[in-house]
Amino acid sequence: MDRRKSIKSIILGGVAGGLALNGCKPGVDSDTTSTEEAVVDEKYFGRTPEEKEQIAKLNAEQFFNEHQMETLGVLCALILPANEKYGSATDIGVPDFIEFMAKDIPAYQTQLKGGLMWLDHTSNKDYGVEFKKATPEQQKVILDAIAYPDKEEPTYEQNFFSLMRNLTVTGYYTSKEGIEDLGYKGNTPNVWDGVPQDVLDKHGKSYPKEWMPKFVEQSKRNVMAEWDDDMNLIT
Amino acid sequence: MQIIESSTMYDVIIVGSGAGGGMATKVLSEAGLKVAVVEAGPFFDPKDPKQQTQFKWPYESPRRGANTVRDFGEFDMALGGWNIEGEPYTQKNGSKFAWFRSRMLGGRTNHWGRISLRFSERDFKHKDVDGLGENWPIGYDDVKPYYDKVDKLIGVFGSKEGLVNEPDGFFLPAPKPRLHELYYMDGAKKSGVPVIPARMSMVTKKVNKDRGVCVYCGQCARSCQYYADFSSGSCLIFPAQNNGGQIDLFVNSMVREVTTNDEGKATGVLYINKEDRKEYRLKGKVVVMAASACSSARILLNSKSKQHPAGLGNSSGLIGKYLHDSTGSSRGGFIPALMDRKMYNEDGVGGMHVYSPWWLDNKKLDFPRGYHIEVWGGMGMPNYGFGFNPNGFNEYFGEKVGGYGNSLRADVKKYYGATLGFGGRGESIAQETNYCEIDPTTVDEYGIPVLRFNYEWTDYERKQAKHMQETFEEIIHNMGGKVLGDTPTAEQDYGLNKPGEIIHEVGTTRMGDNPKTSVVNKYEQMHDVDNVFIVDAGPFVSQADKNPTWTILALAWRTSDYIVEQFKQQNI
Repeated sequence: MDRRKSIKSIILGGVAGGLALNGCKPGVDSDTTSTEEAVVDEKYFGRTPEEKEQIAKLNAEQFFNEHQMETLGVLCALILPANEKYGSATDIGVPDFIEFMAKDIPAYQTQLKGGLMWLDHTSNKDYGVEFKKATPEQQKVILDAIAYPDKEEPTYEQNFFSLMRNLTVTGYYTSKEGIEDLGYKGNTPNVWDGVPQDVLDKHGKSYPKEWMPKFVEQSKRNVMAEWDDDMNLIT
Repeated sequence: MQIIESSTMYDVIIVGSGAGGGMATKVLSEAGLKVAVVEAGPFFDPKDPKQQTQFKWPYESPRRGANTVRDFGEFDMALGGWNIEGEPYTQKNGSKFAWFRSRMLGGRTNHWGRISLRFSERDFKHKDVDGLGENWPIGYDDVKPYYDKVDKLIGVFGSKEGLVNEPDGFFLPAPKPRLHELYYMDGAKKSGVPVIPARMSMVTKKVNKDRGVCVYCGQCARSCQYYADFSSGSCLIFPAQNNGGQIDLFVNSMVREVTTNDEGKATGVLYINKEDRKEYRLKGKVVVMAASACSSARILLNSKSKQHPAGLGNSSGLIGKYLHDSTGSSRGGFIPALMDRKMYNEDGVGGMHVYSPWWLDNKKLDFPRGYHIEVWGGMGMPNYGFGFNPNGFNEYFGEKVGGYGNSLRADVKKYYGATLGFGGRGESIAQETNYCEIDPTTVDEYGIPVLRFNYEWTDYERKQAKHMQETFEEIIHNMGGKVLGDTPTAEQDYGLNKPGEIIHEVGTTRMGDNPKTSVVNKYEQMHDVDNVFIVDAGPFVSQADKNPTWTILALAWRTSDYIVEQFKQQNI
């Protein structure tokens, strides 16, 4: 018997309301509950209907204008440029991620817009062109002045750049390419059987002998657990 | 508006579907009783692909896992959080109690830390040791048979250690420590802090045919589609349904009050269907409250009648009183020896593989009661926030912090997996002056009066937090590490978490033999109303330096057995 179907047949409450309006009483078992089969909804990764709605709403809004998006593209690629193997932060879509986060966390908005304006203002003043049109050398001169924040009292330009660096780096390393670049190996079913020996050796660590009997014998993990009366595992 | 009444007469109506409600559902339905489970949130099954977050990558979300919507990150499987729209709670006298609520089948068991510790005899009778708080009317021997049964039914890994205050159980074998945990073991040893394998309810070895074995993805907070971790739905309610239990599950159904008759006995519950916003009545011979310590207190306090003018079963005036949460204080460290790590999958189980139970004698300290130490660290999956301040640790090497360009890539890799941290989780003393009550001025969107909190820590808890911080700093130094951030000051309560933040709130309907000084008896049966039982953490007299869930489960089973016995003897 399909377990999910059997369970669905007795979920009441939300459904019971509809029945009640039609003259039935709640608490009456019914096969009229939704039988719509669950399908994988890759796009929404386990979102509730309300959460989906909120994401759709944010996606429908535009926070940065075209010029600002282009400036973000230039800036993100300066913060994390391409290397021999991986694209720049801009190549893998970090500006779009920042656009979303600016809407998702409104506290970022003024700092981001103001910071982009400051870049243009500085570039106009020093080089007579907007930041995105300045040469890479000119852009770097501008960034060098704000990329190393004062520890005690960072300026607003420095705070803007720190926020941009945070968002760019986090956007990059939470992307498919960034995770590959980082070399993270998890998020997949596997069997953990301890730190690899060469790593233990490198760090001068080992599993204490007296601990070994406490650990899972992974070859027996699918054998049903049984104990003696003295709480000793015997399988 | 007319109340819509069901004609069904249930043997038992269970309010809430978390740890206590799930256990009651299983035991009572398997005894042949007809059960209604009333849950305020939606149906949830971690096997349902539409609801799953397990194995999702950060890039599947436009916000990459940020906690804008779900408090513990958007892949966490707790629907609800610190604040729920339309369901406020208020504070009194400047209190800052934080209340985490999950609204879903299984409640908070879908995302909890799975740390599954038994209380010891001393934990039940700690007043005998230091004169503080109150003893439970039961002791370890009363609960031990149920701890044993819970271990075998649900599965908990750990190790037999023979420690008097950390009773052993029927453990599944423990996973091997990760690298940073090996560093912790050495660092703690230098300070005389014991370290033993963690005790958590993930199945590292087969416990029954319906549940899978842990796949070491480290994502128990997302609720496991293999049912390899303990969640109330997957381990209690679904199996009970599959075993043929007569269980009617009412979801999105918010209980407003317990209804009573002229004799003052419970007759059922009144709930609001969140979808059509109409009121419904269910009839039952017994009502089992399992809505969480504070939610159950709220429902009982809102259940006023001629026979129960101060709220159902509240002749003692103690419902809501003695609310207490675990103490908590945390600290992180940067361990240079863990820089430039070789990459391999060390996700492991969700959470720690080792921990430190309380190890000192309070007679030699300036605070009562202990705490245990939880450990985190390792090469976890990047999510929103990963790489913030990517080379901040440069300052420890006299190098510039900040910059841009490809060197950031090298910085991120150099420091990946080189931080770890500790959380102290300790016992506070229950105080009558810490409580939740009904706020007469505020209702939620369903028209139900809400809770108002009054809670203040004492120096007992502050000094305990100070001790935690000193211990953490010492251990980090022992590991050759740098302690992150400044030492929290007295003005900052030494980093003591706000009450409620550890999400171990207990004590609002405490257990005792005397109806004047307690709300329920030792079978969690209300002194004033013999057909109402409370199986969440409300009946906890004290909380020990242990996470409460395993004791909730054991007591809920014990109470359920008692209820079945009462039915058999026709006392109900």
